[in-house]
Amino acid sequence: MEKILLRNIENPRSADIKEYIKNGGYKDLLLALKMQPGEIIEEVKRSGLRGRGGSGFPTGLKWEVALRDPKSPKYLICNADEGEPGTFKDRLIMEKNPHLLIEGMIIAGYAIKAEYGYIYLRGEYPYVKKILSRTIKEAYDKGYLGEDIMGRGVKFHIKLYQGAGAYICGEETALIESIEGKRGQPRIKPPFPASTGVWGMPSVVNNVETLSNIPYIIEIGATAYLKIGTPECPGPKLYCVSGHVKRPGVYELPMGTTLREIIYTHAGGVRDGKRLKAVIPGGISTPILPPQNIDCTMDFVNMPRYGSALGSGAIIVMDETVCLLKVCERALRFFAHESCGKCTPCRIGTKRMLETIQRILRGAERDEDIESLLELGSVMDAASFCPLGQTAPNLVISTINHFREEFESHIKEGRCPS
Amino acid sequence: MKQQSEKNTIIESLIKKYKDEKGNVIPLLQDIQDAFGYIPEDAVDLISKRLEIPESKLYGVATFYAMYRHRPGGRHLIQLCTNVSCMIMGAEMLVNFLKNRYGLEEGGTTPDGRFSLMIMECIGGCDTAPSMLVNNDFYGNLTKEKIEEILEKYK
Ligand SMILES: Cc1cc2nc3c(=O)[nH]c(=O)nc-3n(C[C@H](O)[C@H](O)[C@H](O)COP(=O)(O)O)c2cc1C
Ligand code: SF4
Ligand code: FES
Repeated sequence: MEKILLRNIENPRSADIKEYIKNGGYKDLLLALKMQPGEIIEEVKRSGLRGRGGSGFPTGLKWEVALRDPKSPKYLICNADEGEPGTFKDRLIMEKNPHLLIEGMIIAGYAIKAEYGYIYLRGEYPYVKKILSRTIKEAYDKGYLGEDIMGRGVKFHIKLYQGAGAYICGEETALIESIEGKRGQPRIKPPFPASTGVWGMPSVVNNVETLSNIPYIIEIGATAYLKIGTPECPGPKLYCVSGHVKRPGVYELPMGTTLREIIYTHAGGVRDGKRLKAVIPGGISTPILPPQNIDCTMDFVNMPRYGSALGSGAIIVMDETVCLLKVCERALRFFAHESCGKCTPCRIGTKRMLETIQRILRGAERDEDIESLLELGSVMDAASFCPLGQTAPNLVISTINHFREEFESHIKEGRCPS
Repeated sequence: MKQQSEKNTIIESLIKKYKDEKGNVIPLLQDIQDAFGYIPEDAVDLISKRLEIPESKLYGVATFYAMYRHRPGGRHLIQLCTNVSCMIMGAEMLVNFLKNRYGLEEGGTTPDGRFSLMIMECIGGCDTAPSMLVNNDFYGNLTKEKIEEILEKYK
């Protein structure tokens, strides 16, 4: 497949606006500005693009709600919080191809009639902040941002906003609270941000990778775009591969590539001649898969059929030497730390699960611990206020389902079989 | 240690920079931290007065976000990731190394005030795990030898 999101990134100066323009950059913006906002949204809807931030929501639909809302000003927010452990794709776009994101944002802003855009960048990416600041300045200098873009009477401004280290701020309503200068705790939905977002105004929140698809959709049109990926989930996808593979990294492949192909063909397979033990396919809030399930196609629709989820496309590969209980323990420490504290099932549930796993790791010989983990998990899934608490137990529950003997030997023999 | 009056001038000028901006608290606290290495209590006090935001609300925000520090730290901040990808690639060994070689504990500072250590959740460098930041610089594919060599650059 031709590279779309990672086009030209081998060029050491790919982030530079001159290089970007030389390779056809900002041409699609001009095309878009000659279309009506409604036409652009129609094209994006037809393209079948789904949000790459994890939920897979159809992008065009969200835009349509915002465009139709009578309130103004409207806001376009780029979610660059990239906090799901195992994920590093948005960082690559922002480091190597930042003008693609900016071009996508301007087109999106025009399509929903937003005059202001925010990039909410995670605090852990200080070196990306430097790059984006320069990118935004370059775009202003060339007249792609500002009061009268390319002389077409369209106004759009982008402001860079940096987070301060809270995973929950990746959740769109918590992100909005954070932009407003508050603690990042999720809001109740509805109302959805598309109608009532930042400062109470219609706001579209989109992931970096989602927005970076937009120029290409305008360039080749929805019909051609639909030929990439699967009919239900079209387009290219950035898969992040880390852990025990020969070639970790970001791979741009058609949506729906199998996990096996990604791991073995692209990432080179398991390193050091070891055996594959398990894979976390979409970041640590998605369920783990045993080796016999890696023929799944990595997209939003099919992964649930294999008992997991695409999530952010963050594939963590583990070889036979890994203790899965330690992995679960580390993941729970993360969720307990990142729980925003707003609701009890998540605030307390993550801590109780963590303590239980730690007790099993100490070999405390309590058979009922497995059952209590399952029970805690189901309560958290059912009763947590937002997806953080609902998905925090996924890794543990799926590990119990697929690798129960590993839990049992920790409990009975006080040791790890691996 | 900066003189009190000099310190206040810096805080006042930062407050001025953000005074008319909506949602200004988070970037303002960040700038204060960049200037002093942490968020001093008198800064919260002044912000509260100038921007007319109750101190309790400011502390609510300042304690919510993991990257704000409330005590002075070392000259250089090491942020080492130990989340899953880094853990399975050996981050725990690096935590032990920092402890044995430099006497650095999680959240602690070396006696000579040269380094502080923060244990991080994922910092988006999982393909080069284990990874860390030193101040604003990113380093990946870490080993004990490599960490030692990198830290030499930070005096
Ligand atoms: C706990 C939590 C963390 C999230 N983190 C991110 C994130 O870092 N980046 C992101 O784009 N979306 C994240 N999301 C999803 C956002 O809420 C939202 O769905 C997304 O930004 C919408 O953009 P998209 O439609 O382009 O995917 C997170 C959701 C939850 C519940
Ligand atoms: S589920 Fe967790 S993160 Fe979400 S609102 Fe409740 S406490 Fe906060
Ligand atoms: S898990 Fe350490 S950088 Fe991602």
